Amino acid sequence: MNAIAEPLPRVSLPRIYALEAKHEFLRLLRSPSFAVPTLLFPAMFYFLFAVLFTRGRADYQANIYLLATYGVFGVMAPGLFGFGVSVALDRDRGWLTLKRAQPMPPGAYLASKLAMAMLFSVVIFTLLAAIGMTLGGVRLPLDAWATLFVVEVLGVLPFCAIGLFVGTLVNGQGAPAIINLIYLPMSFLSGLWMPITVLPAAVRGVAPLWPAYHLGQLALDAVGQPNDGTPLVHVAALAGMTVAFLFFARRRLARSA
Amino acid sequence: MQSGGSNPCARLVAVQKRYGNVVALDGVDLDVRRGELIALLGPNGAGKSTAVGLLLGLAEPDAGEAQLFGESPHSLDARRRIGVMLQTAGMPDTLKVRELLAQARSYYPNPLDAAECAATAGIADILDRRYGKLSGGQQRRVQFALAICGRPKLLFLDEPTVGLDIEARRAMWATMRALVADGCAILLTTHYLEEAEALADRVAVLARGRIVAEGSVRQIRARVAQRRIRCVSDIPLETIGAWADVRSVHRDGDRFEIVTDAAESVVRQLLREDTQLRDLEVQRAGLAEAFVEITEEAA
Repeated sequence: MNAIAEPLPRVSLPRIYALEAKHEFLRLLRSPSFAVPTLLFPAMFYFLFAVLFTRGRADYQANIYLLATYGVFGVMAPGLFGFGVSVALDRDRGWLTLKRAQPMPPGAYLASKLAMAMLFSVVIFTLLAAIGMTLGGVRLPLDAWATLFVVEVLGVLPFCAIGLFVGTLVNGQGAPAIINLIYLPMSFLSGLWMPITVLPAAVRGVAPLWPAYHLGQLALDAVGQPNDGTPLVHVAALAGMTVAFLFFARRRLARSA
Repeated sequence: MQSGGSNPCARLVAVQKRYGNVVALDGVDLDVRRGELIALLGPNGAGKSTAVGLLLGLAEPDAGEAQLFGESPHSLDARRRIGVMLQTAGMPDTLKVRELLAQARSYYPNPLDAAECAATAGIADILDRRYGKLSGGQQRRVQFALAICGRPKLLFLDEPTVGLDIEARRAMWATMRALVADGCAILLTTHYLEEAEALADRVAVLARGRIVAEGSVRQIRARVAQRRIRCVSDIPLETIGAWADVRSVHRDGDRFEIVTDAAESVVRQLLREDTQLRDLEVQRAGLAEAFVEITEEAA
């Protein structure tokens, strides 16, 4: 059918992905109700509880221990809220439908949100690390910093999957409340605000159900603070939960189409 | 099946679609031919959105087939030749118009120049504003810009002029005419029948999941014998209402509006009864009347 010899102009996939990711990042950065708590709360809590009101204990170093766990608390937010609320809004308002009708390469939608969440994680990690190194007096070997960085930036993935799943279930109005109901209790029960060893035994017993617990233990292991279990099991648990929630989200999205 | 040389841009072949117990489309055949503007009309719930959704690959037919340029609507290649403006497309409020346009342009191999597209859609002066800060009409124009930015061969416009003022509506009509003159086909769904009347080369009427009428505006109008007679007269309303050929009569002050299938005989009678009668006007039924009658017949 195409007998015309002129070279066909082509779309540039990297450019599409880059623009999508940039706009997803701008979109959330310009939403104060998302950006302010997401970027500032972890650093603020760390400053309050690890720097101002720190209590010395023999079995762990609060400034380092809480740097790891507040980092995990921090990176959960762009995953849960960035995916959950924005997917719910996009569904409600018809933006997702338009995107599916437009010739957008499949995958660009989720990939851009993923890139956004990881970029926010990097910023959150950097803020916390800066406060830790200066006000918190944290001294760690370079490889511990690097491992913590990798754990927290990749650790956003399971929370993206959970956020995506929630975003396919609830509407944009209800999404922030529902996600807070997941986010805050899970953070507490996973020992991100205070060491899990000070929580009641019953809470510790069910902790392996929460992805935040596994990520918290990995982060603690990275910085040489006391932790439970073996890293490989934590990684496997997180990977399993990610796949499971992606699967459920995909099923929901296919049905709502 | 396909007649050589004039393959349709989009086609539904014997399409069935049900949602639960509700039959949305019940054996619909529809072709959108190259370079034509076809208006898809129908009452709410007639299946218009379903038909458009199937052609865009947003849903799958239960039976039959939906095609875009002879391919599956899921084909990225086929969709690079279309532009889409949906009825509800709430874009992210915090993105600027310029950014939304850049993003949409990136999907297409040979998009319009951004400035040219903005000028055509009438959004050149709002490029740096955030989408959420725009008026409803401005948002509509942004959606239109995104639909035309890829130089589409086929444009889907779902209620494009809702919320526009008259001036903006005329401007969008002019752009649509220019696009069609340039060889772009348009599938228009609209509640404004005067919009279909002004723009459409062809009209298809959907009712209860079936195409109940299809043809040019003139052909559709001709299906309805009705005429509308307007005049100023002193004849009592009840008298006219009792005449055999009068379907309905309304009076506003001393002005009458009479709907009839036999305009000539009613006019003769009017003139006999009232020699002082003035301002006589006889009009063929518009698309609106035809539409009402066709969809009532189908019900």
